[in-house]
Amino acid sequence: MKRRDILKNIGLGTAGVVVSGDLIGQTPVKKTEVKPIPDVAGGRLKEEIEHNNKLNAQRFFSAHELATVTILVDIIIPADKISGSASQAGVPAFIEFMAKDIPAQQTPLRGGLMWLDMESKKQFGQKFRSLTPANRLKLVDQIAYPSKAKPEMSQGVAFFNLMRNLTASGFFSSEMGIKDIGYAGNTPNQWDGVPKDVLAKYNLSYDEWSKHVNG
Amino acid sequence: MKSFQIKEQAPVFDVIIVGSGAGGGMAAHQLTKAGAKVCLLEAGGYFDPADPKYITQLKWSYESPRRGASTVRPFGDFDAAWGGWEIEGEPYTRKNGTKFDWFRSRMLGGRTNHWGRISLRFGPKDFKRRSIDGLGDDWPISYEDVAPYYDEVDKLIGVFGSKANLPNDPDSIYLPPPKPRLHELMIMEANKKTGVTTIPSRMSMLTKPINDERGSCFYCGQCGRACQAYADFSSSSVLVKPALKTGNLTLINNAMVREVLTDTSGLATGVSYVNKHTLEEVTVNGKIVILAASAGESARLLLNSKSSRFTGGLANSSGVVGKYLHDSTGASRSAFIPHLVDRKRYNEDGVGGMHVYSPWWLDNSKLDFPRGYHIEYGGGMGMPGYGFGSGMENVNGKYPGRDGVVKTGGGYGASLKDDYRFFYGANIGMAGRGEAVAREDNYCEIDPNVVDKWGIPVLRFHYKWSDYEVKQAKHMQDTFEEIIHALGGIASGSKPGADTDYGLAAPGRIIHEVGTVRMGNDPSKSALNKNSQAHDVKNLFVVDGGSFVSQADKNPTWTILALSMRASAYIMDQVKAKKL
Ligand SMILES: Cc1cc2nc3c(=O)[nH]c(=O)nc-3n(C[C@H](O)[C@H](O)[C@H](O)COP(=O)(O)OP(=O)(O)OC[C@H]3O[C@@H](n4cnc5c(N)ncnc54)[C@H](O)[C@@H]3O)c2cc1C
Ligand code: SF4
Repeated sequence: MKRRDILKNIGLGTAGVVVSGDLIGQTPVKKTEVKPIPDVAGGRLKEEIEHNNKLNAQRFFSAHELATVTILVDIIIPADKISGSASQAGVPAFIEFMAKDIPAQQTPLRGGLMWLDMESKKQFGQKFRSLTPANRLKLVDQIAYPSKAKPEMSQGVAFFNLMRNLTASGFFSSEMGIKDIGYAGNTPNQWDGVPKDVLAKYNLSYDEWSKHVNG
Repeated sequence: MKSFQIKEQAPVFDVIIVGSGAGGGMAAHQLTKAGAKVCLLEAGGYFDPADPKYITQLKWSYESPRRGASTVRPFGDFDAAWGGWEIEGEPYTRKNGTKFDWFRSRMLGGRTNHWGRISLRFGPKDFKRRSIDGLGDDWPISYEDVAPYYDEVDKLIGVFGSKANLPNDPDSIYLPPPKPRLHELMIMEANKKTGVTTIPSRMSMLTKPINDERGSCFYCGQCGRACQAYADFSSSSVLVKPALKTGNLTLINNAMVREVLTDTSGLATGVSYVNKHTLEEVTVNGKIVILAASAGESARLLLNSKSSRFTGGLANSSGVVGKYLHDSTGASRSAFIPHLVDRKRYNEDGVGGMHVYSPWWLDNSKLDFPRGYHIEYGGGMGMPGYGFGSGMENVNGKYPGRDGVVKTGGGYGASLKDDYRFFYGANIGMAGRGEAVAREDNYCEIDPNVVDKWGIPVLRFHYKWSDYEVKQAKHMQDTFEEIIHALGGIASGSKPGADTDYGLAAPGRIIHEVGTVRMGNDPSKSALNKNSQAHDVKNLFVVDGGSFVSQADKNPTWTILALSMRASAYIMDQVKAKKL
């Protein structure tokens, strides 16, 4: 596709937006029919739908960055007996979206990944992604425990905390993660109080409450 | 078929109402039911939580690309508020480095689509604060004047709770309250030790059906997304829709009212508005004009309705319009409850909000600040969304995990993954919501330099907390720690101190702003009389929180509803008596 056509397709050609060649290089643009966006659909207002579409059309992570993120999230939340891994739950794509949604996270993420690769080269002579699984963990061990990490690793610790938080959010809010954590709601029901066995476990009852309600 | 052209006469409505939130919805409901031809003008779009295109209720976190994060909507991606702290093209400003944050919803039903639905009556003392502590002013009405309307609001809308016979927290006519959740039972138990009164909450969700139009609650805990069964109170679902059914209501959405129009005799003749789609200026004529655009917007409308007769704005010969703006105070704290780890899983969504709360329980004459606060509680095994599990490095290194051992905080891998399960649902939160003293020098006014995208001059706020509110916040923080201690919990973070005004939220943040068009018996000190009618313009009324003389230690909306109903009754009486 010619550059002019790309611009036309992503709707930026006439808007006077400067698009760097790099961004275009990373943005695979498909020819799609332009559907009119309704005033409201699926609980979203038109401007919200447009905003989400715009974010979805952008790419933040390079292929290398995304591959590194995928390795990291699976180190943080691997598959176990109960459920799959973070990448199986779609966490890398979620982090990609959040980086665009909350631009303040972009530099910590991109810079953190650079930091990781630099440190990896310093210690092992290769970027993090190219390390053996054992060496990756050797590096991660130095930044995964804030209280015992060496002071010179503090930036790595901050990055890993961010990755841990985003991974946990992304995993446990996914379909797989919600099932894993055992959240039992979001469905019509009749709430009739805490189950009896739970009341017994905590030595609690509704006696006091009944007094309030029945006067 | 008419073969010749007739020029259509613009209709003259009996009543024009600006704004469809709590106050406007109630007036529209009461007046259309009484047979008046009413035109309701709403700046936002149409909204119906039962129409699939608007529904966010019962969606899963992963149905939002941001998993419910609050980047686009301030209370999360599924929240039923179209608007927020900032609205594009509709700025507001602040004066002299003071703070005020203003939350606006632009939609049918206003902010009642996603409000907390804490539905409290004001008590007898709340109308007479000056007589008690010498600060602020008394209302020109007393609890007894409002009580019959509170009763009618209870019956019309529905509210659950329990009779408590407290002196300044009058009981409503209640539907059965939902049973407390586990952490709420623990809080009730703990507060036997602290002496903080803790009772079933009082909220407007239907735990039993009250009519054929509305279903009953199915306990999804998501009232903030607005209920497709109409089991929670929203002005749109509960008031405006029945008003439309009378055939007497003309609802115009996307109508941004610019000013109230008056004639040479000084009476209101209608309003002019901007059609937000066509950007055309339109005039609507009516015999009576009711403002219910929210406390801030109604003051703005009055101040912008200037004429040679009303140079300082309409209904403002006293100069008080915009003054005495006040919001509730707010401070909060959260805690970790060690005995809530490793919980059995079950659905405890309940209603959308707390099942127990603490009304103000102390005597201010023994304290170093004048007014009280109530405490709202949160917690439980909610649906994980954006932010879930954040800060685990501060949790799993502090408390023993499943194996009984405290590990080094943070980490990764299978054991970290299990920590999220183990610690799920073990946190609680507390928020104090208190009464601030209304002061003349906390106000909103027209910014001389700034207009919104329709060319309408915008509000500029000037607001400072006083020592009273700061001391109250300090007391809240001390109380929170006592409760956490009694619960056997560990407070999160460090205790907010004097450097942050004890965590006192910025003015406006609690979204209970009231007082800008206050009522009173003295026309030189108030804009409205005790019937919410402008002293200066007898066919002009204000039925939102603007009329409040003082905000209590309660949330304001039940009182907005009761006063709007009361004003509507007065209007009907006056019309019958040919005085309007
Ligand atoms: C998250 C949240 C939680 C809350 N929780 C509680 C609670 O638990 N209990 C409680 O009592 N209160 C609560 N409140 C406060 C409550 O929502 C308000 O007190 C109440 O909605 C105020 O009603 P109102 O009629 O004055 O204004 P609003 O509900 O704000 O309605 C005003 C309407 O007027 C329209 N409008 C404004 N300007 C114009 C104009 N120029 N032309 C045409 N239309 C206009 C707006 O679009 C809006 O629809 C909460 C608020 C929020 C945001
Ligand atoms: S908790 Fe009840 S009232 Fe609230 S939205 Fe869910 S079903 Fe409706």
